[in-house]
Amino acid sequence: MTTTDVGAGTHVPAGGGAPVEVPSGPAAAETEGVTRGRLVLRRFLRNRLALAGLVTLVLLYAVSLLSPLFAPWAYNQYDYTAFLQPPSPSHWFGTSQIGEDVFAQTMRGLQKSLTIGLLTGLISIVIASLVGASAGYFGGWVDRGLMWVVDLLLVLPSFLIIAVISPALRGSSWIWFVLLLGVFAWMITARILRGMTLTLREREFVKAAKFMGAPSSLIIRRHILPNMASLMIIDVTITVGATILLETGLSYFGFGVQPPDVSLGTLIRAGSDAAVTTPWLFLFAGGLLVISVLAVNFIGDGLRDALDPNSRGGRRRQKSARKSASKTKKVATS
Amino acid sequence: MARFLVRRLFNYVALCLVATFLAFALAALTFDPIAKLQERNPPPPQSAIDAKRAELHLDEPIPARFVHWLGDAARGDFGQTVVNTSISDELPRRVGVSLRLFLLGTVVGIGLGVILGVASAIRQYKFSDYFATLFSFVILSTPVFLLGLLLKYGALQLNTAAGAQLLVFTGETSPGFQGSFGAALLDRIQHLVLPTLTIALGQIAYYSRYQRSAMLDVLGSDFLRTAQAKGLTRRKALFKHGLRTALVPMATLFAFGFGLLITGGTFTERIFGWYGMGDWLVYGIEQDDTNITATVTLFVAVLVLISGWLSDVFYALLDPRVRLR
Repeated sequence: MTTTDVGAGTHVPAGGGAPVEVPSGPAAAETEGVTRGRLVLRRFLRNRLALAGLVTLVLLYAVSLLSPLFAPWAYNQYDYTAFLQPPSPSHWFGTSQIGEDVFAQTMRGLQKSLTIGLLTGLISIVIASLVGASAGYFGGWVDRGLMWVVDLLLVLPSFLIIAVISPALRGSSWIWFVLLLGVFAWMITARILRGMTLTLREREFVKAAKFMGAPSSLIIRRHILPNMASLMIIDVTITVGATILLETGLSYFGFGVQPPDVSLGTLIRAGSDAAVTTPWLFLFAGGLLVISVLAVNFIGDGLRDALDPNSRGGRRRQKSARKSASKTKKVATS
Repeated sequence: MARFLVRRLFNYVALCLVATFLAFALAALTFDPIAKLQERNPPPPQSAIDAKRAELHLDEPIPARFVHWLGDAARGDFGQTVVNTSISDELPRRVGVSLRLFLLGTVVGIGLGVILGVASAIRQYKFSDYFATLFSFVILSTPVFLLGLLLKYGALQLNTAAGAQLLVFTGETSPGFQGSFGAALLDRIQHLVLPTLTIALGQIAYYSRYQRSAMLDVLGSDFLRTAQAKGLTRRKALFKHGLRTALVPMATLFAFGFGLLITGGTFTERIFGWYGMGDWLVYGIEQDDTNITATVTLFVAVLVLISGWLSDVFYALLDPRVRLR
């Protein structure tokens, strides 16, 4: 999906110098005559877990979007002949206390949770790349200010901030909630990107561009950001997974998605009151939630392996070091 | 080293204050405790509403309210809740409940996480390594509240199967429990197992992944081969030289991990009916209570401060290069 960006982004930039992710040693033979995009795609497709994750995620999203076409009940229909019934041929996931079809509800919640996760991932990476690259490139007070904000987020978990702001969201659209999630999800990514920018800034091709008189905004856009593309892609998947967990958690407490909208979190909340006697009310929503996050994590892992040449074959150790750098993010966002 | 630690300490204290102010300001801006009063039927007289406004200092500017609150808090008075109970009276009990959960969860989580990580690194690509990896992946993809619910569900099945109340999943002790010390301890433990497990499982999964990577980094290193070449057994080399090096990056992680723990603790307390700080935060937000929210935030910030500072200390202890700086 995103591989074309990488291919376009990592070609040798004007001014000479090699791209950052140069495949070295045994990888060189594989790269001959192939663009980087194709190479990454090939490696990704070879990873069975990652492929399974991608297929699962796409399938889940497609089914949740298309379910009104083939499901016997709509989410706003009530079956007055079946209250609190376990799964059956007419109600695949059972029914709720007021006769709602749990399958229709779950599909609607899944769709919302996945949409929120993906949108937040996008918002977060846009902010993170802009802020991270500028902080690393300009240094000075921009840099100090940003690092301070990141430290602040460590002390103040984003769960807490969003929960405190949530009363202001009561009765407003879920889009505002997405924006809020995005606004508090970029800090750790920005810190990692800043670190990469610090090294990139000293590279010959960046210096050359600078001495030729290219303005800072152009250098960041053309030379800095494309060279961090692989890390950004990996980080988006981590953010998406972490956001889905955060969103469902907030929604579980009523601090997230507000009724009439439903998400997997609100569904699990609704089902958890009677969790021990009517498990179908929360087990399907919970199961789908775990499966989607697992799928996102597998995709992320596969992308990391595909984008990072050092991680291949017997050289797994290098991967793990990088992994810890990019995975640190998970903590603060969840 | 002392200077390094003192500087870090100052940095953390400043962050704590700013974080608390931020939470206080956000809460004061978004919460509307008067709305609840006005919705009452029959509506309270205007004088009562004005009295409440004055009592909660709602008409003063937010920074002034914060300074006022912080000044009182420094003397041990965290103010009143919206329903006029003293926060300071309730605070110690709730802090005790939360700390018991957090400390046990962290100790179990870090301990087992490090062991699991080291074990799967040493047995890389064996069945147990794959199993541990899969376990971590599934746990890390499961939100804490779902994990808690599932454990609750499992405990019920277990209790039914055993025909006895082996594990209890509401509250931190049985209400009105009377009995000898031993029986009381057993009662506590029965209540403790599930919440601690809920918190610890996530931590185990999280730390074991990093410990595995860190250990793998070390396993192929030259100094480990040197240690074995000079006559140490593999076991001794691994634990004396390998593990110590592999623990260095983990020290920074422990500080990060604490944010995860606090969020998870909130869910856990709510699900298992423990009246701790996390439960209080949710209650405070639901009740539009600025003082409770600020108090819990301060508690969280202080915990993160302590864990962050401790991880700096560990870092300095484990890595001589930091000490020399």
